[in-house]
Order: sequence, then C-alpha cells, then structure tokens
Amino acid sequence: MTGAAVQAKLWYWQRISAMALAVCVVVHLALIVLAARGGLTAADILGRTRGNVGFAVFYAAFVIACTVHVPIGLRTIAQEWLGWRERASSVAALLVAASILVLGLRAVYAVVAA
Amino acid sequence: MSASLALHAHPSWWAFIVHRLSGLALALFLPLHFLALATALAGADALDGFLRYTDRPLVKLAEWGLVVLLALHLTGGIRLLLIEFGPWSGLRKDWIAATFGVGTVVGLVYALRLAA
Repeated sequence: MTGAAVQAKLWYWQRISAMALAVCVVVHLALIVLAARGGLTAADILGRTRGNVGFAVFYAAFVIACTVHVPIGLRTIAQEWLGWRERASSVAALLVAASILVLGLRAVYAVVAA
Repeated sequence: MSASLALHAHPSWWAFIVHRLSGLALALFLPLHFLALATALAGADALDGFLRYTDRPLVKLAEWGLVVLLALHLTGGIRLLLIEFGPWSGLRKDWIAATFGVGTVVGLVYALRLAA
C-alpha cells in the first residue's frame, strides 16, 4: 500500500472510531459527574462495577475504540510536530495501540472480575 | 498582519489547536488512568490506598482539567465529523462556540459535584 492509501485508511478508521467514541464519552462523562459526588472510595467504585456485565461490555468497547483512535492521532502529531518519518511513527503507533489495548482491558478486568 | 498571524487569529485555528492539545493530554493520561484502575487487581484496599493518595487539591484540579479536556475534545470532534460527513458546508463556527460552551458547562457541573 502506498503512503496515500495508508493515509486514507487511517483517516477512515479515525472517523469511524470517533463516532463510537462520541457515544462512549457522553456516557463516560455522565457517569463521572454522577459518581463524583462527595468523593470516591474503592467500595463505591467496585460496588458498581464488580460482576457488572453491561459495564464490562461497554468499557471493553470503549477501550477498543481508544485503541484505534488514539494511536492514529499520536502518529499524526509525531509526523507534523516532531518530523518523524512514516515508518517510525507507524511502528510507534502500533506499540501505543498494543499498550492501550492490554492496559485498558486489564483495567476493565481489574474492576469487574478481579 | 503576517500570513501566520492572520491564520492564528481565525477561530478554526483555535478549534484545531484545542482539539490537538486536548487529544495529546488525554492520550498521555490514558495509560495512567488504566494503571490506577488496575490497582484493584491487588484488592479493594490497594485501590483505596491509591484513591487516598489522589485526594489532594492539586490532583483534584488535574482531574477537573482532564474532564474539561474530554468535553472539549468530544465537542470539537463532533464538529469535525459534522464538517466531513454532515450535509452542510463551511467551518461550523457555531460548533466552535458550542465546544467552549460545553467545556464550560461540564467544568462547572463537575466542580459542583466535587464540592457537594
């Protein structure tokens, strides 16, 4: 695939993931505001999340959308602001994607199933 | 005015820079957020220990800032999707205003909840 074809595909996936994230972030912001009242304790958080399948599915989808969206944005910034070449920025983006996926799903597991 | 200054004076330049910087900040925060939640792997006490550590004004201020950045990135992102996929043409300057409006409202509501 040429550079332009890669660019077009990344543009597409950036937008598709953005559409999913728009929904996820609205829900997440609402939960943040609802949960924030009077401070947070582990009992508050885990009481809501442990064994909650709906929570797990929603946040796993959120993590996957971030896995797609965030590395593409960082790749663009690395190229435009740091002058990184396409290959270096793509390798870095893949590493970022793998980190977000693993750390994100691990965090969901930690509050739902551990 | 030089070309570069004229560019920076345009509302859509501000929309661009806010979207990029908020995205960058959120991307840097994300792994820390995941690592913090993963302290629950060691049990509720470990998560509580972490939450106690974060219960200080400077951390609360940073959390508040991240919530505002998330609201800004959300609304600015919806503007971009509307420009690229919506039936209108133009720069949707009304959505630039909406971005800062939503950021302000979310910031105020979250601050009130923290204080409650």
